[in-house]
Amino acid sequence: MSGVRVLVGTKKGAFVLTSDEARERWDIEGPLFAGWEMYHLKGSPVDPDRLYASQSGGWFGQLIQRSDDGGKSWEAVGNRFEYEGDPGTHQHYDGTPRPWEFTRVWHLEPSLTDPDTVYAGVEDAGLFRSGDGGQTWQELSGLRQQQGSAWQPGAGGLCLHTILLHPTDPARITVAISAAGVFRTDDAGKTWRPVNRGLRSEGIPDTGAEVGHCVHNLTMHPSRPDTIFMQKHWDVMRSDDGAESWTEISGNLPTDFGFPIAVHAHEPDTIYVVPITSDYLHVPVDGKLRVYRSRTGGNEWEPLTTGLPQEHCYVNVLRDAFAVDSLDECGLYFGTTGGQVYASADSGDSWAPIVRDLPAVLSVEVQTLP
Amino acid sequence: MIRVVLPAHLRALARVHGEVALDVDGTVTQRTVLDALEAAYPALRGTTRDQVTQQRRSFVRFYASGEDLSHSSPDDPLPDAVVAGTEPYLIIGAMAGG
Repeated sequence: MSGVRVLVGTKKGAFVLTSDEARERWDIEGPLFAGWEMYHLKGSPVDPDRLYASQSGGWFGQLIQRSDDGGKSWEAVGNRFEYEGDPGTHQHYDGTPRPWEFTRVWHLEPSLTDPDTVYAGVEDAGLFRSGDGGQTWQELSGLRQQQGSAWQPGAGGLCLHTILLHPTDPARITVAISAAGVFRTDDAGKTWRPVNRGLRSEGIPDTGAEVGHCVHNLTMHPSRPDTIFMQKHWDVMRSDDGAESWTEISGNLPTDFGFPIAVHAHEPDTIYVVPITSDYLHVPVDGKLRVYRSRTGGNEWEPLTTGLPQEHCYVNVLRDAFAVDSLDECGLYFGTTGGQVYASADSGDSWAPIVRDLPAVLSVEVQTLP
Repeated sequence: MIRVVLPAHLRALARVHGEVALDVDGTVTQRTVLDALEAAYPALRGTTRDQVTQQRRSFVRFYASGEDLSHSSPDDPLPDAVVAGTEPYLIIGAMAGG
């Protein structure tokens, strides 16, 4: 019988939530790595038993954990993230130069074809690749050559948080960095270029600059890899040419500030965002937790509220904390900074909490199991 | 044998209970003890000191024989009592919070 495994990273450990395809009754395991910040956990698309996890903390630094049995057991693998060459400086918040310094892994993206190949997006922003199951890591340093000395951190740090692997062209990778923007390679990471045409950001001197945009999250449906959706600091955007150019699709959203963006597993034009009041008020509008869905690829949005708190709710949903399964009736999952993980088994029409009182949720990923 | 006391998080990572005992070749210094610790327990690589710069992590402290050795040279010999195994080398997760 098929089912799902939801991998939840929190500020104080990881949790694994499993259910059958009905997604009504859940087994909850955890905390794993109790006390550690688990920024991200993700499974290999070709081997669901192969999981990677980013484990970090202020005391003891960064570790990478790997499981080969679907999360029953874990092994610490390589955690040496060394920038290639002298990485020089980037800009600090105040605009002064600051030496590049590795802090943590924000996002792990396993290869679509090889369980031993995995990419890591790190802070200070860089992209690393491992071809040996996470034992060793090599930087794809050409990325930083794209005006890296001018990149400035977002409020959460100078982080590379989103990695899109093209489903049919293994040489194409698209990444997003806060607050530098979107970058793309077409030669498997040797060379990169910024792809931010059409983005406008009021908080930078040149609102339409080539780099410097605070992109929060990207998503893509594998059947339509040239169509990429973006939640920017402000603005929800769409590209239909592989990120070469962007147009705004915020439409009738109550606010177009937010963090995650997701696409339905079976409907490439159905997308989801969680609008947040503003850049200085990281809480839902009017205390109502509402997921917004567009079935038209943007511009026309409807609030999804059934089962979600509609008063006195002041949690946030972080950029990697929204995931979609691929069961016949598409399931959606998101976690909040208040420790709730909500699930919908009907494309977002109705929601119910799987758990309510976890530590603040940093990331949510889901595996659809055979 | 050199005795090393780890903080709880690192004991969990290394999957050990209580102290660990290490064989250290040559002069017993903080560097050689940490080298031996990481060789015996690879999961601890990078947890007490940066793997690239070898700098001690800010919230990690090293004590021995009632002294704070955190700011001593990593190549200074450790106290005789640590070398003799009558006292442990302590790796501490510094108190931080409110």
